[in-house]
Amino acid sequence: MMSNRKPGLETLSVHAGTPPDPTTGARQMPIYQTSSFVFDDADHAASLFNLQLPGFIYSRLSNPTVSALEERIAALEDGLGATATASGHAAQILALFPLMHPGDEIIAANKLYGGSINQMGISYKKFGWNASFVDPDDPENFRRAITDKTKAIFIESLANPGGVVVDIEAVAAIAHDTGIPLIVDNTMATPYLCKPFEHGADIIVHSTTKFLSGNGSSIGGCVVDSGKFNFAGRDKYPSLSQPAPEYHGLTFSETFGDLAYTMHSHAVGLRDLGACQSPINAWITLLGIETLALRMERHCENAAKVASYLETHPAIDWVSYAGLESSKYFDLRKRYMPRGAGGVFTFGLKGGYDAGVTLVDRCELLSHLANIGDTRSLILHPASTTHRQLTEEQLKAAGAGPEVIRISIGIETVEDIISDLEQALTGLELATVAE
Amino acid sequence: MNHDDYNDKYIIDVLKDTKTVAMVGASANWNRPSFFAMKYMQQKGFRIIPVNPGVAGQEILGETVMADLDEIDEPIDMVDIFRNSEAAGSITDDAIKVGAKIVWMQLGVRNDDAAKRAEDAGLRVVMNRCPKIEYARLYGELSWHGINSHVITSKRRRLA
Ligand SMILES: Cc1ncc(COP(=O)(O)O)c(C=O)c1O
Repeated sequence: MMSNRKPGLETLSVHAGTPPDPTTGARQMPIYQTSSFVFDDADHAASLFNLQLPGFIYSRLSNPTVSALEERIAALEDGLGATATASGHAAQILALFPLMHPGDEIIAANKLYGGSINQMGISYKKFGWNASFVDPDDPENFRRAITDKTKAIFIESLANPGGVVVDIEAVAAIAHDTGIPLIVDNTMATPYLCKPFEHGADIIVHSTTKFLSGNGSSIGGCVVDSGKFNFAGRDKYPSLSQPAPEYHGLTFSETFGDLAYTMHSHAVGLRDLGACQSPINAWITLLGIETLALRMERHCENAAKVASYLETHPAIDWVSYAGLESSKYFDLRKRYMPRGAGGVFTFGLKGGYDAGVTLVDRCELLSHLANIGDTRSLILHPASTTHRQLTEEQLKAAGAGPEVIRISIGIETVEDIISDLEQALTGLELATVAE
Repeated sequence: MNHDDYNDKYIIDVLKDTKTVAMVGASANWNRPSFFAMKYMQQKGFRIIPVNPGVAGQEILGETVMADLDEIDEPIDMVDIFRNSEAAGSITDDAIKVGAKIVWMQLGVRNDDAAKRAEDAGLRVVMNRCPKIEYARLYGELSWHGINSHVITSKRRRLA
């Protein structure tokens, strides 16, 4: 659009990254299912390999269908550029790769998806990367944990398994006081609910597996750069600010300016870590994103109704949904996610661990599985599944104690969702007594 | 003119009105940003005349390097400045003198006083940008590396 109007989120969801195919005029994005791309001649090949000419070489580095997805997500987040990855977990590693060296550390919120706590707390050690976890409810906890080895802060805007909202602006200010970037996992909120870059975040990561693809079909992830964090001349980040030997002394921040992080993520990150997204998954995710706004609106509306229903149910001790006035995150949520509180939340059963196992077993419409953000409603007992590798203390910190159930509300008829929960909860108010 | 945030149309017009570029501070070293930009823009059909007194008389990418702007005896559309912000001042004055239509200062280079003098003399000015990056962004090539082009269109994008 050549007018000066800035396109809205719904328009970007449908159009960004996918103008008609320049060769065929195909209006829907073609699936470029190819590993490699021909060179015109030796000079063309050299220009591509030297990063002097934009273009495709090999789909581990970039691919037209995957880059369409990258551009779309970058546009939705109002970012400068994006790098798609094989999964959300791959996105987290790729996001840190340009920033970290052995011995460096990140400070992460302790309220994160359980898999992320494992990845960062245990597997990162094998790279010589350290993670320390702090309670994000008091943003000053991040400042207290920062050392001269700290290269980034990592939070989830709306934390999985649910109900927790982090004060992004306060944490961003602390990161910037120390000259380090803030990385926000915006998977649960999506750009429909929250725009972390507007609140000072520097880098965003997504598991596109969830609400972005939206239909539970494809694993994927993405790293988005705001382009606002200046790496040039910063010795703290030598991968970006100092000459790269394998590119004959090219310095990314000098040659590519604010594109440096995204260029590095493709030319070095994907090249060497290899966790690229497949064209077919990118295509399915592009298709899913077209309806992001419509789905999120319904996810939020249905989740709010289900949460209100559960809050008054006698088998239920508490409901943690940032859309309920009883939530201590209600005000923060209204500030950062004015359009709704998302589709995922947790509640506690009076009957504890056993009642949790029984409830998920009895559901007939809600699916018992370890995912969120599907069109289908999903239910999970984290303590016996996704979070079972965590210690008792980590479980509590992550909001996943033995009595906790996580649900991801889909876009079905809301009365049907409530009716399924109603039948599954029958008699569970007595479970404590029976134990 | 707001030099903090250019709209796409302004940049597209500047690039469309440019055929011959005098690149001040061009380097013969293949891994310098100016070499990247020169090679890319040559491939897109721009004529690039390198200007660099340190290597005057030598050749870069098939073009003879000039010692300064007055030595060029053909019309110059754009003077592209690969020097620091301070040096950009006198180069801009030279650009005005030789009748260039556009002054372009590279990423990290900005001189608002010089920009004002150029604009008062009827030139158009772009600062703190790279023409290679802008060209590639606007014609969709940077999208290939995940960069947000900000272009929303239902028309086929044709590479110029
Ligand atoms: C908030 C959040 N971040 C990251 C991930 C990891 O993403 P993936 O499963 O696509 O690797 C998940 C997955 O459950 C998640 O919920």
